[in-house]
Amino acid sequence: MRYGAEIAWMSLATFLALLGAGFAADAPFRAHMWVLFAVLAIGTIVLLRNVSFEPEQPVDQSAYMDGPIRYGAIATVFWAVVGLLVGVVIALQLAFPDLNLEPWFNFGRMRPLHTSAVIFAFGGNALVATSFYVVQRTCRARLFGGNLAWYVFWGYQLFIVMAATGYLLGITQSREYAEPEWYIDLFLTVVWVAYLAVFLGTILKRKEPHIYVANWFYLSFIVTIAMLHVVNNLAVPASFVGSKSYSLFSGVQDALTQWWYGHNAVGFFLTAGFLGMMYYFIPKQVNRPVYSYRLSIIHFWSLIFMYIWAGPHHLHYTALPDWAQTLGMVFSIMLWMPSWGGMINGLMTLSGAWDKLRTDPIVRMMVTAVAFYGMATFEGPMMSIKAVNSLSHYTDWTIGHVHSGALGWNGLISFGAVYFMVPRLWNRERLYSVRMVNWHFWLATLGIVIYAASMWVSGVMQGLMWREYDEQGFLVYSFAESVAAMHPYYVMRALGGALYLSGVVIMAWNIFMTIRGHQREEVPTTGTTPALQPAE
Amino acid sequence: MALMDKHALIERNATLLLVGSFLVVTIGGIVEIAPLFYLENTIEKVEGMRPYSPLELAGRNIYIREGCYLCHSQMIRPFRDEVERYGHYSLAAESMYDHPFQWGSKRTGPDLARVGDRYSNEWHVQHLSDPRSVVPESIMPRYAFLKNVPLSPKGFSTQLVANVDVGVPYTQEMIDNADIDLAAQANPSADTSALTKRYPKAKIGDFDGNPQQVTEMDALVAYLQMLGTLVDFSTYDEAGGYR
Repeated sequence: MRYGAEIAWMSLATFLALLGAGFAADAPFRAHMWVLFAVLAIGTIVLLRNVSFEPEQPVDQSAYMDGPIRYGAIATVFWAVVGLLVGVVIALQLAFPDLNLEPWFNFGRMRPLHTSAVIFAFGGNALVATSFYVVQRTCRARLFGGNLAWYVFWGYQLFIVMAATGYLLGITQSREYAEPEWYIDLFLTVVWVAYLAVFLGTILKRKEPHIYVANWFYLSFIVTIAMLHVVNNLAVPASFVGSKSYSLFSGVQDALTQWWYGHNAVGFFLTAGFLGMMYYFIPKQVNRPVYSYRLSIIHFWSLIFMYIWAGPHHLHYTALPDWAQTLGMVFSIMLWMPSWGGMINGLMTLSGAWDKLRTDPIVRMMVTAVAFYGMATFEGPMMSIKAVNSLSHYTDWTIGHVHSGALGWNGLISFGAVYFMVPRLWNRERLYSVRMVNWHFWLATLGIVIYAASMWVSGVMQGLMWREYDEQGFLVYSFAESVAAMHPYYVMRALGGALYLSGVVIMAWNIFMTIRGHQREEVPTTGTTPALQPAE
Repeated sequence: MALMDKHALIERNATLLLVGSFLVVTIGGIVEIAPLFYLENTIEKVEGMRPYSPLELAGRNIYIREGCYLCHSQMIRPFRDEVERYGHYSLAAESMYDHPFQWGSKRTGPDLARVGDRYSNEWHVQHLSDPRSVVPESIMPRYAFLKNVPLSPKGFSTQLVANVDVGVPYTQEMIDNADIDLAAQANPSADTSALTKRYPKAKIGDFDGNPQQVTEMDALVAYLQMLGTLVDFSTYDEAGGYR
């Protein structure tokens, strides 16, 4: 019987959610368990409606398992739209505070919703989907573990839904980028171990003698995130049927543990994993080998070794002991080198194929992603210098920096990977429209530039206003005056974000039509057909 | 290069790659974070620090729930302008009972590390209910709903017990009286001598101006009013605290 065991487990989980709602120690936990109950009940009903007693078709073990990747590609696009939309909303809340709707849609509850939706829902789905795509094709092996890959996909979506609804209900640990409470963290740990098992198992049964470089990055991302997640979320719940827990560490130790995690959510989730994408999809799209094998070895080991030290630069001039701040600063500056090593390896892969920049908007998107990676990884070490940080810390400059990395690097490389994978996953000859990719590219690039530029100006201005003295030795500005001065930049930032979002909406339509099997009738993009001039 | 050739070994062995990359990423954390737990000078010697009173802890949990830390830091850096604007720079000792820490990373609004005693209770209630009525430039969301959410003192001792589990020195007496202390701190006519003995410098009052019930607004304002007020800086050894 198909889905027999799944239905039994799902029913049990649904019942446990009901018990959780019944015996809840606090109101947010009760509401959260009702959400869980509803989601699981719907899932169980869907499974029940698809029960089949036919003898199961034997699975072709030599074929790639692309089902979870197809779902993953759709989920990536869906969560991109959701996460960016919430981003535009909270940007507008900062410009026009009346858009806050207490209590559920206040900025303080919406902001983790935005960060988690873009990092973990959009970025996470892009990572899981591409890693499953890449590991099968570079190992010439079907995904390990049968339906375990499906469990990873659906389990991860459940984690996203529970985290997101929890934030709006006020369930948070207040650890940036690790906000979900203890019971969601435990569930994610189980899903993550399953993810590691599928990925590592596939590598172990590979038919290629070598493990391809993209898989090194994916593997170290999965393992390191597991370590960071477990250590940073160590906490004691006040009740096993309650949403509140207290972090195991306090004060200064807690702060450094959190930023050791926080910076490496950037270093491993948003960098190592996405470098895995770069090392597969750029060579494939431009049809060239990776520029330097040796550089990739040096790049890999030095990057993963140095990134983990960089956390203290989030705590410059705080009550963290000076020796730890200095150590963090030194490693952050050194990190510039491996980061640019990776950038050079990605860009130089285009050697001999630079003309594709002109003809192929997907290549253009990927190359711009790597260029933004390079810019962000120069800006980062610079901001980690204590003197610079004394101005930039606590200001919008940090927000601008993060977004040039996240929108430029993570966003564009993921879109490039989605545009690459979707026609192949659904056996389509080509995308619905290449011209729409071009539109997406320019809207995204323009959006990033407006976003980053307005945050640079507002951030530096904020920092300077806070520390400005007049000739008599008095502070010139009250804090409220610095808030008022930010208004035009907050409006511009929202505009930049809206442009970026509109590009993603175009992508969603393009992907939808590609999956449906349509091809838009359009004039090929400039340069695709070289116009041959007759000899005079 | 010979070393590079040896790398082929790792590229052909997934277990080696897994274990190798895991070991490489553990080093930084061990060298940087672990010493903070045993180096004695990590936390300065100060007088006045005590665990949060039940009402303050309830307020702190609301502060966390509403994501206040996303726009307000609680960490004053040792710069002339910050010390003039906000008060003495923050010490590690001041967050030694904070599970989790609330240092923050962004100042969309001002630092709150020493906001205690700066404004009246009435100002806080008015500001939280409608920020722009007292600070026209403010972009803070409204939190008027806190006035209408009653705070149930029943069973609050479980929160203290969980704090004991992570190392906060609440005594058995404090745990036994948690529910009583929570209600008493928001009631100016209650006998609070035992409360102030257990939690020196605790502010007592009808914080939200509504004597009928203890609300979440009471708790949040009680928390804000104690921020940065505990440490006695007249006895603090500045040079000894440098590390």
